[in-house]
Amino acid sequence: MISFEPTEEQQMLIGAVRRFADKEIRPVYRDFEEEGEIPHSFAQKGWELGLTAAGIPEEYEGFAEERSVVTGALYAEELAWGDLAIAMHLLAPGLFAYPVLLCGTTEQKESYLPHFCEDEFKSATAALIEPTIRFDPAALKTTAVLDGDEYVLNGNKMYVPLAATADLILVYAAEDGATQGFLVKGGTQGLEVGDREKHMGIKALATYELSLNNCRIPRAGKLGGESGCDLGQLMTLSRIATSAMAVGVARASYEYALAYAKEREAFGEPIASRQAVAFMLADMAVDIDAARLMVWEAAWRVDQGKDAAKEAYLAKMFADEVVLRVTDGGVQVLGGYGYIREFPVELWLRNGRGFAAFDGLAMV
Amino acid sequence: MIDFELPDQIKQQYAMFRQVAQASMRPISRDLDENEHEKPWDFINQMWPVIQMQEGHELKRAEKKAAAIAAAEKPAKPRKKRPSTATLLMAHMIEAMSWGDAGIYLCIPGGQLGGEAIKAVGTIEQKRRFLKRFTEGEPKWAAMAITEPCCGSDTANIQATARLDEETNEWVLNGEKIFVTSGLMATQESDGFVVVWASVDRSARRAGIKSFVVEAGTPGMKVTKTEEKLGIRASDTVSLLFEECRIPYDNILGNPEVKKEGTTKGFKGVMKTFDASRPLVAASAMGIARATIEFVKEMLEKDGVEIRYGLPRHQLTGLERDVMEMEAQYKAAWLLTLRAVSMLDERRPNAIESSMCKAKAGMAVTLITQKAVEILGPLGYSRKCLVEKWMRDAKINDLFEGTGQINTLIVARRILGFSRRELK
Ligand SMILES: Cc1cc2nc3c(=O)[nH]c(=O)nc-3n(C[C@H](O)[C@H](O)[C@H](O)COP(=O)(O)OP(=O)(O)OC[C@H]3O[C@@H](n4cnc5c(N)ncnc54)[C@H](O)[C@@H]3O)c2cc1C
Ligand SMILES: Cc1cc2nc3c(=O)[nH]c(=O)nc-3n(C[C@H](O)[C@H](O)[C@H](O)COP(=O)(O)OP(=O)(O)OC[C@H]3O[C@@H](n4cnc5c(N)ncnc54)[C@H](O)[C@@H]3O)c2cc1C
Repeated sequence: MISFEPTEEQQMLIGAVRRFADKEIRPVYRDFEEEGEIPHSFAQKGWELGLTAAGIPEEYEGFAEERSVVTGALYAEELAWGDLAIAMHLLAPGLFAYPVLLCGTTEQKESYLPHFCEDEFKSATAALIEPTIRFDPAALKTTAVLDGDEYVLNGNKMYVPLAATADLILVYAAEDGATQGFLVKGGTQGLEVGDREKHMGIKALATYELSLNNCRIPRAGKLGGESGCDLGQLMTLSRIATSAMAVGVARASYEYALAYAKEREAFGEPIASRQAVAFMLADMAVDIDAARLMVWEAAWRVDQGKDAAKEAYLAKMFADEVVLRVTDGGVQVLGGYGYIREFPVELWLRNGRGFAAFDGLAMV
Repeated sequence: MIDFELPDQIKQQYAMFRQVAQASMRPISRDLDENEHEKPWDFINQMWPVIQMQEGHELKRAEKKAAAIAAAEKPAKPRKKRPSTATLLMAHMIEAMSWGDAGIYLCIPGGQLGGEAIKAVGTIEQKRRFLKRFTEGEPKWAAMAITEPCCGSDTANIQATARLDEETNEWVLNGEKIFVTSGLMATQESDGFVVVWASVDRSARRAGIKSFVVEAGTPGMKVTKTEEKLGIRASDTVSLLFEECRIPYDNILGNPEVKKEGTTKGFKGVMKTFDASRPLVAASAMGIARATIEFVKEMLEKDGVEIRYGLPRHQLTGLERDVMEMEAQYKAAWLLTLRAVSMLDERRPNAIESSMCKAKAGMAVTLITQKAVEILGPLGYSRKCLVEKWMRDAKINDLFEGTGQINTLIVARRILGFSRRELK
């Protein structure tokens, strides 16, 4: 039966994440952005929300009675409303954990998943993106070659969140042309973490270049064992998570601009009294809601075991466009102040621009 | 729980409506577009029994409710019951029919918007008196007359008047209405009626506006013009002139009392019917949008072009991007529509969601159909295919039941918490 109401449990969870975003993230995110750092103590605080473990079933020591991607989309939006860099930092362990949960062999699940259900922030991540324009996750340049009982990995990666501190990295590489995942422990020989990257936005999120030079891992470290992983399914989950975060960033900018437009006066009345401004805000509101519904539908399809590839792809396409337009509108509504770093909207525009450029940087 | 699954019963009926649309509407679609002012009588006669059944059902429910209210000393505590799915079903029926042909869909007899107004605010006596006709005899229509030559969006400014003749206890209507959908069928070609907005006290502005039921054949009401249009040509759109048109006192809908100037409660009541009707207009728009997207994809497929979802964007062709953009806009508008519709069924206030979906759907179907003509090129522009017609039909959805701007204005006022004065 068609319904747009989250369950009571989901509402409780969203409430908790929203409080965290409002009370904990918002007071500090701008400082983190300027400093380019999310302190470990803060990540630990966020970890204690138990979001990653909430997606892991009880048999692996998580507390998901039933894993729900809808729930993931709900909290991803709230976190990203707080701050995108912090959201991506907190969700980075999921880039490792969820592919293992979805595609891993029983052994892989048993050996890795319980770590993500412990009290300490589990620094883990994935390396997918490569330093090239026209990047295609289905045609990676990084290679994996079986050599006896070991896989040998070679290639270059970028945008690897938390790589410098990660205990576990899921490296995607092409084996005979097909993308597969490889579970690599931090510090493995041949795995070299490069420079901390600098980008236009999400400056607080530590991402790195990564190079693999004859990096050898045991044969059993191939995600999903002999049968490998389903890249399409993983991309679908990633698109849902990323689009949900796009909705959160867009909503942050929209809410700020809405309140500002009611306060700011020009020509003797609030600027929101002009349709040129008010209609921008109304269009933002409509498209944010629409994008959220598209994300929910895709997530719901995954939870129902239906194919969601197309829905997730279109949701991301739509959300990417919406978040850019809305965050640009946020700057526009603030006028000159929008351009000044004392105000948050410029940061949201920088963060909003990233979405269309990336695929595969978050997972729920 | 967040859920996008249709109840089985609606799925079945939706499938049936889609079949009807395919079998009975598509084959006559082009013909009725080329021959404006002709009516799809076979289709009307085919649909009439279905409408009779639906309307009979609703009337029975209204009777039951009235009896229950009359019998109970004090109103029974509202039981927690499953939300209705009536609007959800209606939206799916309209979507399917509009996939067939949006103009022909508007020719379906029955209460339509005029009937909705009575269902929303009419007394049980009024429901009996006016709605019974849709359960028996020959096909009949109802219409809704708000717009005037001077004003469409600015409904508060309408000039038509209703004067109470205390001697005869009749309302006397004067004024001119334009663009009345099915006005011809409702007032001249069948024993239907039209719901007319008129002011009982122009000095009271909004508060003075009331709605009145004028039955077909009432002296003093006449059709003065039938419009020729860009699209939805199967549907008649007429001007109605009211000259000393007398109707019984009891034909007023809602409270006849004029609240003191400055209060707008009565007006808000009539505006509320828009909250219910706008998502249905959006549903109609979505039917056209789906027809268009399906057709475009089918034609592309025949031509060996497959739309490849999931690729990195840089690998997509411009054509694929266009089609995906159409699909994304469609999905966005349809989900907003479903939300507004399900809120109606849950009896939750949906003014903002209703205007959101209408604004989005009107815009989306306009963009989708216009893009389709471009994509299909010479074929898209040709009257051999229906795409150019769908583009012409589609545009009405961004105009009636509140233009795109008016619905955006409503959304803007709501999110800002601004009055009409604060945001003009
Ligand atoms: C980097 C930078 C350099 C600058 N350099 C200079 C400089 O050298 N000298 C100088 O004097 N100024 C300078 N400015 C100021 C700049 O010209 C103003 O910021 C700009 O004119 C907008 O005014 P505002 O910021 O007060 O925005 P507001 O006037 O408050 O406008 C806010 C929003 O409301 C909209 N709006 C306002 N009124 C209406 C209306 N009637 N109808 C519709 N929409 C409306 C605006 O378009 C905007 O989107 C600079 C600004 C920046 C950011
Ligand atoms: C085929 C058809 C069938 C119709 N059926 C019916 C019917 O059954 N019953 C009925 O009563 N009416 C009906 N209408 C009328 C329809 O509802 C009106 O045409 C519509 O509401 C717009 O009013 P208008 O034509 O007077 O345009 P106007 O109100 O003059 O608007 C002209 C333009 O100005 C814009 N505008 C107006 N006010 C504002 C504002 N405050 N802010 C920003 N922009 C504004 C509008 O959006 C529009 O773009 C029908 C119309 C058509 C074409």
